[in-house]
Amino acid sequence: MAHNTTTPQAPRRRLSWNDPFTRGILYQVLILGVLGFCVWYLVSNTLHNLAVRNISTGFDFLGREAGFAIGETPIAYTPSDTYGRAILVGLFNTLKVSVVGIVAATVFGTVLGIARLSKNWLVSRLAGLYVEVMRNVPLLLQLFFWYALITEALPGPRQALHPVDGVFLSNRGLKLPALQGDGLSWILLGLALAIVLVVVMAHWARRRQELTGNIFPVARVGLVVLLLVPAAALLISGAPLALDMPELRGFNFVGGLTLSPEFAALLAGLIIYTSAFVAEVVRSGIQSVGKGQWEAAQALGLSRSRMMRLVILPQALRVIVPPMTSQYLNLTKNSSLAVAIGYPDIVSVVNTTLNQTGQAIEGILIIMAAYLTVSLSISIFMNWYNNRIALVER
Amino acid sequence: MRFVQTIACGVALMAFGAAVQAGETLDAVKKKGFVQCGISTGIAGFSLADSKGNWSGLDVDVCRAIAAAVFGDASKYKVTPLTTQQRFTALQSGEVDVLTRNTTATIARDTTLGLMSAGVNYYDSQGVMVKKTLGVKSAKELDGAAVCVQPGTTTELNLADWFRAQNMKFNPVVINNPEEAMRSFTSGRCDAFTTDKSQLAAVRAAQATPDEFDILPEDFSKEPLGPMVRQGDDDWFTLVRWTLNAMLEAEEYGITMANVDEKAKSDNPNIQRILGVSGELGKGLKLDNKWAYNIIKQVGNYGESFERNLGKTTPLKLDRGLNAQWRNGGLMYGWPVR
Repeated sequence: MAHNTTTPQAPRRRLSWNDPFTRGILYQVLILGVLGFCVWYLVSNTLHNLAVRNISTGFDFLGREAGFAIGETPIAYTPSDTYGRAILVGLFNTLKVSVVGIVAATVFGTVLGIARLSKNWLVSRLAGLYVEVMRNVPLLLQLFFWYALITEALPGPRQALHPVDGVFLSNRGLKLPALQGDGLSWILLGLALAIVLVVVMAHWARRRQELTGNIFPVARVGLVVLLLVPAAALLISGAPLALDMPELRGFNFVGGLTLSPEFAALLAGLIIYTSAFVAEVVRSGIQSVGKGQWEAAQALGLSRSRMMRLVILPQALRVIVPPMTSQYLNLTKNSSLAVAIGYPDIVSVVNTTLNQTGQAIEGILIIMAAYLTVSLSISIFMNWYNNRIALVER
Repeated sequence: MRFVQTIACGVALMAFGAAVQAGETLDAVKKKGFVQCGISTGIAGFSLADSKGNWSGLDVDVCRAIAAAVFGDASKYKVTPLTTQQRFTALQSGEVDVLTRNTTATIARDTTLGLMSAGVNYYDSQGVMVKKTLGVKSAKELDGAAVCVQPGTTTELNLADWFRAQNMKFNPVVINNPEEAMRSFTSGRCDAFTTDKSQLAAVRAAQATPDEFDILPEDFSKEPLGPMVRQGDDDWFTLVRWTLNAMLEAEEYGITMANVDEKAKSDNPNIQRILGVSGELGKGLKLDNKWAYNIIKQVGNYGESFERNLGKTTPLKLDRGLNAQWRNGGLMYGWPVR
């Protein structure tokens, strides 16, 4: 092949209608032009119409005082703060429910997906039933159901369920004691140290196994380290640590941590709905791994859980990750249904804002930009992960 | 859903906004043969659909009155039910000709939305409703309470302002859907439910056991509710404003649906001018001289409309209160038709 002397030369390009390359360029320029014109027309026409109608435009309103209160504020916020900060609160609320939702739906969905392939007839049928029911009931309906269940079935704050000291369950949500004081930062410091220790240990155990074949119980030892190190850090530092107990004062509980009914209902709905899809993704991924792989793993004498973890799942992941990305994006976007049950996510806050300022177009642009940014971030991360686990061909 | 509709309205504003130009609403309405009114999606007494889909209420009556003034036929109107979040965009984009939808007149709305309040057809105030079992007699006892409220209204702002002024805390539960917001309140998720007092009365009347609820005496705000039109169309603005005034003047001079033909023979010069027997006041509005006669004959005067929709014989059982004629200690003061 290397000595082939009759390599055909590419024909010289000429400006001719018959040249497909030229034609291609021309069409693309044409389409781009038409698109550009449409965008320009829409933007300039909108601006003109807004000006004619004396509707104010621009993003100046973000710096004005918002004046409305928000029920759940991950960052400090009062009605005297600006619209910009209110929208930020909404964004954080969206991120909060999305991140927790994605992690929980992944874990729960994976377990379900594996359960659906179980050899136990009852387990696999129950998982199958769950998937079919949850996938086919609209999410909005599920949200109303969970919200109604929480607010109707649970008692009022004065009759709150009170199983342990400091824990209250009522239609105002779940109230838990919160940790307070300097000791908290020592515990967190200890936890960080413990995590580093576990990572190093896992690395060492892997090398040892590669060299000697001996298996080190990383999971069990790791758990002990995660519990002991923070506790030791707290004891050694001697820093004070107090419990902020919730108590009923007036109409509501004061102090402690709150899991609000709105957040709980939205989270439950998103997890239960999305995990059904995740289960199907996981199931199809596992089934895509050839039967021979199971048999080979069995021939090595691995236990069933090790077979799954070491042989099957790594191969299944290549099939699982791309559709899983879509599910993560769906979950994030579906969180905007929050407005129906009163969770102050970004859509809810921006809706209030645009209604009070009348700046609908700016408001919608903010929502679009927020979701685009979040979605692209998830997408980029998942693509990076997908490339990392892709089949390495040697 | 609602969110999608808001976007759709926005897109309509972008793409087709140019079709509606200032100053020609009356011509456009005459040409299409009916007036298109934006109304609320369902508040008893103001705008509520019956089982046949016919809308009635104080706000619908304003729409019918406009139709009667323009066409001499109160049935030549169509309504578009709008949520609090859709209403302004719908009017801005020309989807409706007038908003007759218990909307509070505020300076921000008159100056930044490109809209204009054309008058007041109901003087309201924001209040709070609680369950009697809560044992609260005043809103000042509500420190720390959870309050259900609908988003995107002046209500949300007044609530925050009021609690701030009293140096009290509250926890808002903001729910878009009115039925869902009310269900949250009745189920006990919130200690209190807040909106305009007329709406509270409407919501309470719709409950299975209205006696279980108390509307607290405090007024959180002034809520002058009335129709809104687009800025820059003076003819249309004037027409809507004087439609309201004609209904008020008719009540003051005792002209009703039943006696309007009788009254047309009256010697009272005021009544003669209102009913178009003398003068040419209709011309200035670019309408038939019988415009006010048609309103009163087909829709009635303001008092009749009030009693029919909100008064003692209705489930709402509202007093005239601030909405009584000025001679009876209320704020309703029709400008002279002369």
